[in-house]
Amino acid sequence: MTALIYPADAKVRLELTVNGERRVGEAEPRMLLVHFIREVLGLTGTHVGCDTSNCGACTVVLNGRAVKSCTVFAVQANGGSLLTVEGLARKGRLHPIQEGFWEKHGLQCGYCTPGMMMAAYDLLQKNPDPTEEEIRRAISGNLCRCTGYVKIVEAIQYAAQKLRSDPSWRSGGD
Amino acid sequence: MTEMPVIHGMGSAVKRKEDVRFIQGRGTYVDDISLPGMVYLDFVRSPYAHARIRSINTEKAKGAPGVVAVITGKDLQPLGLDWIPTLSGDKMMVLPTEKVVFQMQEVVGVVAESRYAAADAVKLVEVDYEPLPVVIDPKKALEEGSPIVREDKRTNHVFHWEAGDREATDRLFEQADVVVGQDMYYQRIHVSYMEPCGCVAYYDSVKGTLTIWMTTQAPHVVRTVASLITKIPENKIRIISPDIGGGFGGKVYVYPGYIVAAVASIATGRPVKWVNDRSDDHPSTAFARDFHMRAELAARKDGTLLAFRVKAVSDHGAFFGDANPSKFPFGLFSICTGSYDLKAAFVEVDGAYTNKPQGGIAYRCSFRVTEAVYAIERLVDIMAHKLGVDPAELRLKNFIPPERFPYRSVMGWVYDSGNYAGALKKAMEKIGYEELRREQEEKRKRGELMGIGISSFTEIVGAGPSHTFDILGIKMFDSAEIRIHPTGKVIARFGTRSQGQGHETTYAQIIAEELGIPIEDITVEEGDTDTAPYGLGTYASRSTPTAGAAAAVASRKIREKAKKIAAHLLEAREEDVVWERGRFYVKGAPAKYKTIQDVAFAAYTNPPPGMEAGLEAVHYYDPPNMTFPFGSYICVVDVDRGTGEVKVRRFVAVDDCGNIINPLIVDGQIHGGLTMGFGTAFMEEISYDQDGNVYGANFMDYTIPTAVETPKWETDKTVTPSPHHPLGAKGVGESATVGSPAAFVNAVVDALWPLGVTHIDMPLYPWKIRRLLEEKGYALDK
Repeated sequence: MTALIYPADAKVRLELTVNGERRVGEAEPRMLLVHFIREVLGLTGTHVGCDTSNCGACTVVLNGRAVKSCTVFAVQANGGSLLTVEGLARKGRLHPIQEGFWEKHGLQCGYCTPGMMMAAYDLLQKNPDPTEEEIRRAISGNLCRCTGYVKIVEAIQYAAQKLRSDPSWRSGGD
Repeated sequence: MTEMPVIHGMGSAVKRKEDVRFIQGRGTYVDDISLPGMVYLDFVRSPYAHARIRSINTEKAKGAPGVVAVITGKDLQPLGLDWIPTLSGDKMMVLPTEKVVFQMQEVVGVVAESRYAAADAVKLVEVDYEPLPVVIDPKKALEEGSPIVREDKRTNHVFHWEAGDREATDRLFEQADVVVGQDMYYQRIHVSYMEPCGCVAYYDSVKGTLTIWMTTQAPHVVRTVASLITKIPENKIRIISPDIGGGFGGKVYVYPGYIVAAVASIATGRPVKWVNDRSDDHPSTAFARDFHMRAELAARKDGTLLAFRVKAVSDHGAFFGDANPSKFPFGLFSICTGSYDLKAAFVEVDGAYTNKPQGGIAYRCSFRVTEAVYAIERLVDIMAHKLGVDPAELRLKNFIPPERFPYRSVMGWVYDSGNYAGALKKAMEKIGYEELRREQEEKRKRGELMGIGISSFTEIVGAGPSHTFDILGIKMFDSAEIRIHPTGKVIARFGTRSQGQGHETTYAQIIAEELGIPIEDITVEEGDTDTAPYGLGTYASRSTPTAGAAAAVASRKIREKAKKIAAHLLEAREEDVVWERGRFYVKGAPAKYKTIQDVAFAAYTNPPPGMEAGLEAVHYYDPPNMTFPFGSYICVVDVDRGTGEVKVRRFVAVDDCGNIINPLIVDGQIHGGLTMGFGTAFMEEISYDQDGNVYGANFMDYTIPTAVETPKWETDKTVTPSPHHPLGAKGVGESATVGSPAAFVNAVVDALWPLGVTHIDMPLYPWKIRRLLEEKGYALDK
């Protein structure tokens, strides 16, 4: 990662890979990654639900790891590779995680959903066959006020099963 | 005959239509809306709970980079917008001119080119405060000599409200063999929708139109009130409620941010966005519950329940803003006789102003029904323990029996239908109640603390019949407008607004059921006051009982006309034409038929002579009665004698919401409500110190359940249709939030009863239980 010393009032030019495409944009050094994603890149699927890093609505995958993009400065993502909810589906085909959330009624208002799915993505990259307990732990940094989590857990189990049986989803993506 | 398409009507567990956009990050929430030239509003907030404002200096802020406007209460005063009416006939401050009345109150609005520039400039506003004495406890607020919260009132007393028959109730208490009573506090909580409140306001000075995209559950009422207070004609105001990230009652209210954003747009000529940070939203938007009650229950020694009475004080904060129907200052608390055939009941409530933000949200609850259910279900449990009778047995003995419906309660409500014993017995069977009681007995002998708690609640939802229910004089009907296009596709618009309930799917299912058109062909729209028919919005579990009914009735109006067209096409008399879902045929000749799509096409291309073209209908549904969903919940807990932690081992919820539109969605509603009830029972509370400093102002301090703490819910159902609803449905959105808290508390108290514990106020924090165990000499140090 590049050095993190920038003049306070200058805008910094950032270049990074977003959902598989090269993107450039400018950000104040203090700009949060979530604001960069939403307001500079125009990808509004990533949401803001709190200002204390508790809710996880802003979760994205940065350089292969789930991060809360409200707790990362945009400049820290410079040169990196970013995956947001908009990049989950491939060639018009829903990602098994998206399919699982839809099939199992894993969402209601939809506000936490993108962050929740990105946390699930991170989990299933590392652990393709998680137990219910492991799923619950993995999404414990993501709050949902609508579903009571039962159906989110089922959605992630559905996705895990599907991913294991369909190798075409394994490689790349971020 | 050709196969009819799968239409996904009533009872289909079809996947939700709206999910397609949500799972791909393509929802449109307020903060996703961006207009050319848009500027951002942020607020200076009060550090004090009660203070006089000596002066406000905005000069530095005005000169800060990117700042385009700074707005104070003095700027709003000439517009008559420094105070606005609340939904309860009181008024609330938008921005203060004299004094602040709660901590984190909005004091000055700062508008700048970016959200960062606005936040910077907020810090440059200088406000000189003179702190005043603070009143936090509503009981103290009602005492002589208390600091007065409102300069425009001489007292902190908001209202006194009574329901029921005091004398009859007192008489039964005197005659009763057994009386139990309990002081209980239902704590102040926040709905904690995941999307904080916000808006984008744009005043187009050329067209003279004000458009506000806002997080609101009730856009039409907002438009009317906005027109009345701003004098902008109602046809020039457009309220758009886009996708809403959870509402739960908290987004019925109008907050200062909306007003100041609109004023700022008029002042600057630019679109203005305001979105609360969580740490601003939690301590300044409205709260729920905060209710201090003394509840008492009288019975004969054979366990016949006789009478119930409650004396209570409710805390309304600085403004009485409850979104109640106007005849009910304390909502529908008089449902407090619950599922039981009582002989008399009486309740009295006094409301108090305190130095807190306004309270009284009907948080996932049809106006104080949650408090009522908690009161009666706790007291029935206490009575069972006092009599030494099993709590299930006492309930079964006193339930209103199925043959008594429609049942008139002593409070005057006419319950539409119910089978309370059916639900409780099903829950007992599912959880293995008898076996659990045996296990509990054995564990007690070994010194282990296990508890079983029941809650057999009855709700009152679907406000409501126009003879009784209005908000600010507007009757509480709701509406549907259905238009069939020539190719048989449908657009349907409603006066409600989903915040996650899945209306785009369930309303489509209702129309599909009634017209035989597949849900894929039906587009449901809500939330835009320029296009949707007028309605009172979504809260109080009213969407299915009112707008859902309107969808059914409007569909039936369309079917009537369609039948005439079909008769014309089939060259038959109308009375010989038979409807079978999706098509018409001539009696006795089902092979020759016209589909609803054929009829739709003919409505535009070949209507019968003399008939108006087109195929559409509007209906404003005025429900004849409320609906009364019910259920029985059983909770099993194990209490750790060392840490005081409670483990919810099992939780079985048997709900009866009448006929079900989509079982998947009903399950989701129950799961979510149970999780909220769990949060209320075990971890959520907004509290204040004596200086009015708020605790629980963000998600660090106000903990809501994560996937780790949340139990795995087990749900089941019974089905007792509502006799007066066109689809036999009752509404389900709030049953679990309303019914579950008592089950959790009853379970924990049941575990601790042998130690002499009769009640613990929520939240049941481990430290509270540990302290109780210590007091009783029962704590273990591991």
